[in-house]
Amino acid sequence: MRTAGVLAALAVAIVLQATLSGMSMAGGTRVNLVLVAVVYVALAFGAVTGLLAGTAGGLAQDALAGGIVGVGGLSKTIVGFFVGVLGAQFIVSQPVPRFVMFVGATFVHELCFQALYALVESRVFTIQYSAVLLQALVNGAIGVLAFQVVEGTPGLLQRRHSRGAMFSRRRY
Amino acid sequence: MLDIRRRTGVLLFVVMMGHVFLISVQVQSKSGVPVLQAVTFGAFARVQSGTWSAVHGVRSFWDNYVGLRGARAENESLHRQVADLEVRLQEQRTLALRATRLQELMDLKASAALPTIAADVIAGNPNPGMRTVTIGRGTADGVQADMAVIAPGGLVGRVIGTPAAHAARVQLLIDRYAAAGAVTERARAGGMVVGVDKDPPLMMDLVSNLADVKSGDAVVASGVDGIYPKGFRIGTVEVSERGAQLYRMIRIRPAVDFSSLEEVLVVLVPARSVVSEAAPAPAVIAK
Repeated sequence: MRTAGVLAALAVAIVLQATLSGMSMAGGTRVNLVLVAVVYVALAFGAVTGLLAGTAGGLAQDALAGGIVGVGGLSKTIVGFFVGVLGAQFIVSQPVPRFVMFVGATFVHELCFQALYALVESRVFTIQYSAVLLQALVNGAIGVLAFQVVEGTPGLLQRRHSRGAMFSRRRY
Repeated sequence: MLDIRRRTGVLLFVVMMGHVFLISVQVQSKSGVPVLQAVTFGAFARVQSGTWSAVHGVRSFWDNYVGLRGARAENESLHRQVADLEVRLQEQRTLALRATRLQELMDLKASAALPTIAADVIAGNPNPGMRTVTIGRGTADGVQADMAVIAPGGLVGRVIGTPAAHAARVQLLIDRYAAAGAVTERARAGGMVVGVDKDPPLMMDLVSNLADVKSGDAVVASGVDGIYPKGFRIGTVEVSERGAQLYRMIRIRPAVDFSSLEEVLVVLVPARSVVSEAAPAPAVIAK
């Protein structure tokens, strides 16, 4: 059940990312929804699931993007694993620590991704820090929002249900 | 029995080694992982196509019904533009007739227009690090790898990877791994245009410091790469400075607006024959 949920989340993230990039090239570069999904999974389910989600999401992204298959996969595997480990060591149940994790994960991912490409293609290592910072902030905001929605929805539904039941009792 | 959940370090090591092996195979053979890429891309192209249809429907509804509030003002503005363009069209017709007469006088062969097929951009890239788009035409429509992709403004990019039956991946010219043989229209200074992660997103490399390249010069495809048809517009020189070594530092503003690509044309000429035919540039594109 968990595996199916994680795979579905990754698939939805890839579809949304591709659709967003198709609609706006600039918009597509300002967020990495697959990375958000991997970090979310790592924080929610731990290092092993984060690692495997990073592998699956990264490889799928690489295969669809047309670059070297494995570069994104390896970057996201590392990120998924270490976010999972840090998530188990520290309390990251509040929005601010989670936001910091998403921002940090984005920087680590970009560093790994660019470094691997520089290594493989024998190019000079370059990174646009302003663009990465913007993407990190957007990723962080979306990740924290996703946690709030997923964790808040069951409680909200329960409150609505109990309120409805209370009104029913009063009426009859 | 080995419980992999308790051996996270071992699992991380194994997965990382797997990735390193996968990367090294591609780096050595330069052939990529065709099966994995083809299967994933083929399957995902259907999903992308469906998503694009849904998004297109919503956008169409928005554009046609909700977003018509400023239509009247826009209509008036467009009427003025049409009037202006009609005057320009007359001028262009005169010039075209004159060019045709000159061509006939010089006994040149009439150039056959390149065969093209229109394609919708059905998705962007799922990886923000790469500048590629997916188009809704594939092998069933005659699209092959390395075919050039153009837009009314100029060159867009080339088809990369193995196209699916009804979809293909296009590497945009602004991708940092894209390159095209180019020449400046005025001074005929040749070089190579490559994508960069900066603004403007194109750079012209391998142009000698001695070459006469100025800001505002038009840059067109030279055709030497065997992919992009000669004469198609790439962009305009924005910055041209003397470089520290042998070559000038030239930054180019692309002619195509890559941020809003919706429809493109695929040049249905296999990569190598573009060079062998050496067809003159169509006047419509090389403005």
